[in-house]
Amino acid sequence: MKFTEEHEWLRAEGDVVTVGITGHAAEQLGDVVFVELPEVGTMVTRDDEVVVIESVKAASDIRAPLDGEIVEVNEALVDEPGKVNEDPLGDAWFFKMKPSEPGQMDEYMDEGAYNDFIG
Amino acid sequence: MSDLNVTPLNALHHELGARMVPFAGYEMPVQYPLGVMKEHLHCRARAGLFDVSHMGQVILRAPGGYPQVARAMEGLVPVDLLDLGTMRQRYGFFTDDDGGILDDLMLANRGDHMFAVVNAACKADDIAHMRAHLSGVEIEEITDRALLALQGPAAEGVLATMLPGVAQMRFMDVAVLPSDHGELWISRSGYTGEDGYEISVPADQAEPLARALLAHADVEPIGLGARDSLRLEAGLCLYGHDIDTTTSPVEARLAWAIQKVRRAGGARAGGFPGAARILRELTDGAPRARVGLRPEGRAPMREGTPVFAALEGGEAVGHVTSGAFGPTIQGPVSMGYVPRDLATKGTTVYGEVRGRRMAATVVALPFTPANFKR
Repeated sequence: MKFTEEHEWLRAEGDVVTVGITGHAAEQLGDVVFVELPEVGTMVTRDDEVVVIESVKAASDIRAPLDGEIVEVNEALVDEPGKVNEDPLGDAWFFKMKPSEPGQMDEYMDEGAYNDFIG
Repeated sequence: MSDLNVTPLNALHHELGARMVPFAGYEMPVQYPLGVMKEHLHCRARAGLFDVSHMGQVILRAPGGYPQVARAMEGLVPVDLLDLGTMRQRYGFFTDDDGGILDDLMLANRGDHMFAVVNAACKADDIAHMRAHLSGVEIEEITDRALLALQGPAAEGVLATMLPGVAQMRFMDVAVLPSDHGELWISRSGYTGEDGYEISVPADQAEPLARALLAHADVEPIGLGARDSLRLEAGLCLYGHDIDTTTSPVEARLAWAIQKVRRAGGARAGGFPGAARILRELTDGAPRARVGLRPEGRAPMREGTPVFAALEGGEAVGHVTSGAFGPTIQGPVSMGYVPRDLATKGTTVYGEVRGRRMAATVVALPFTPANFKR
């Protein structure tokens, strides 16, 4: 598993990478009340805004951590956005993508480095 | 946050695990470990304790007693204060010469003097404003007291275990009561839409009182986050957001707070700053109005969202002044200003969120019914 400075986690399985947000991010956001997901098939470039998250406090977004294609989205979050707070590292993944530059993964932190990052 | 003021409950907030943020020059709890959503729901179901010590508490005295203070204050607020009953409180606002709102406040007749509670961010300006314009009135800012709010359907039961007399109070009654925590200045009011009390307590007794209230199983501490969503669902204005110097009381649909005696044809009509505009709008209506908005879907339409009359084309005709997800409503709720012809209940307007116009229905306020003990 890899982690970004934007508090996303990335898990590679075969040629597909699943993306979610960390428990730290979920806690900082507060209760999530709305999630807007990208369309499957969308080609994205790293740093494109792909997901909108609204919490009781504010709106924020998730940016694509890699170049590639969105191949699956977690529709369950649309009806139950609160899952993001309950199980951010598990059930509440946001989307899966097929990276076109898999090497970009290597630029992100491992779990130890991320834990140091959030202090 | 060393340059921030702290309230007498600051150490308790930290002990309770609050997330602290700067607010109006104070370090205040935005939420406790329970979180905004559950704090909000708990307050509506049971009772919540809020630290509102950052608000300004002011005593106004004059040789002629309460009537002299009331007469002078009527020169600054368009409210009937002379006829306010002893140990009763009223909502009001300072207006400016253009008919805008300088601040909103609570005003109480405490027999031989007036007691006012003003917003934290405005208190220095409010006090200067009163000192400049209330001749013959002594204005004392109370800085050695904290202010707590206990809100929710269980508030009466909780506070009455300590002070049985509070059960007899009605909405907007005030009382001065001796207690184990010193002399308490209590009003049956609040800003959540729920029944409850606001309690002014000597600063050194604030923490023991808060601990005693929190010891009840029904009471949870509530932060500013839930305070905001509670007041928004209750359709209550937040100064600096829903009302300010650019909004008149009539536009803000606060005309209910201007009693007949201060309106055209009343015995003490006008006589407050901006009276010409405000009296005219009371008669003829204002060009725009504050309304409730229920956006479709789940996405909140937040403050600053431009509002359009149509799904496509045209200029913005209004804007959202407060918007959030309403935990009790279980959906997004907003307030904002729209032109008078779009202010009718049931009208569809469109808020532009992230570049897309989303439909919202104009609805009556409040979103959640008030639960006051009248």
